[in-house]
Amino acid sequence: MDGIVELQRQLIDYTASLFHEGFLDEQFNQLQQLEDENNPGFVVEVVTLFFEDADRLLNELTKALGQPSVDFKSLDAHVHQLKGSSSSIGAHRIHRVCISFRNSCEEQNVEGCLKNLQQVKHEYSLVKDRLETLFRVRG
Amino acid sequence: MGIAAEAPFHVLAVDDSLIDRMLIERLLKTSSFHVTAVDSGSKALKLLGLVEDEQINEEPPSIALEAHQDVEVNLIITDYCMPEMTGYDLLRKIKESRSLKDIPVVIMSSENVPSRINRCLEDGADEFFLKPVQLSDVNKLRPHLLKSKVKDEEDQQIHDKGINETEVIAPDKTIPKNIVTKNG
Repeated sequence: MDGIVELQRQLIDYTASLFHEGFLDEQFNQLQQLEDENNPGFVVEVVTLFFEDADRLLNELTKALGQPSVDFKSLDAHVHQLKGSSSSIGAHRIHRVCISFRNSCEEQNVEGCLKNLQQVKHEYSLVKDRLETLFRVRG
Repeated sequence: MGIAAEAPFHVLAVDDSLIDRMLIERLLKTSSFHVTAVDSGSKALKLLGLVEDEQINEEPPSIALEAHQDVEVNLIITDYCMPEMTGYDLLRKIKESRSLKDIPVVIMSSENVPSRINRCLEDGADEFFLKPVQLSDVNKLRPHLLKSKVKDEEDQQIHDKGINETEVIAPDKTIPKNIVTKNG
């Protein structure tokens, strides 16, 4: 029994740290509130969809920035999508970088965009790792 | 035969983002709405019975956009930024349709642009929600639905009265479908 209580405490602490470090924001709490006995896998389902969507978008962004002539309008449209979906699941740090990324697109600043893309990829891999850990423990 | 429970309100959700569709659907279902979610304005119009045809568009709008609503929708909630047809375009088409104009429309957007918000509200949107949409936002929908229901019932009473008294000839002689009340 002690083992389970200890695990639960660790789960609470781990989740709290994700909020504290800014990986997640209040929106993630909203998602958890929408999960109940009738919809047990809701959070995992939505976040998994986010991962798939993000993978696709990051590929598109990498490709777009690799073109000899960058289509900033298309780039911005993809960043807008990523910004929206990260906001919807509470992936706070990714959302923040996307805001900068959109500014770089607006300025048609290729260097800035490349930097932002690196940042997004970095934040994405961090939060993905954290969330996968969280789901392994909480289910 | 016992007293049947009121059928839940039917909300049509429109959003090109799969994640946001999942989210809005869950929010609405949690609030006991029946939900249909589609990924574009054109699919929404199709479901509502409004079919656009390039040839038909040459005719006067009142003939072209006559709706044959098979599915009763009590409220439409739509994203603003969508490819091809924006939420604003969808709002305009709905408000221009004789049979659909009284359905409350709510717009959602991730961007807080006051001019955008004002334009939507001025052109007939009942609410404008900033994304991510919360349960507290969804709770604001019921009054619009109840108000719409009361209007439907009043319209029905007026309609019934019209039949009993001298026949009033409407300019277009059509009776909008949304005047038909739900069976209890």
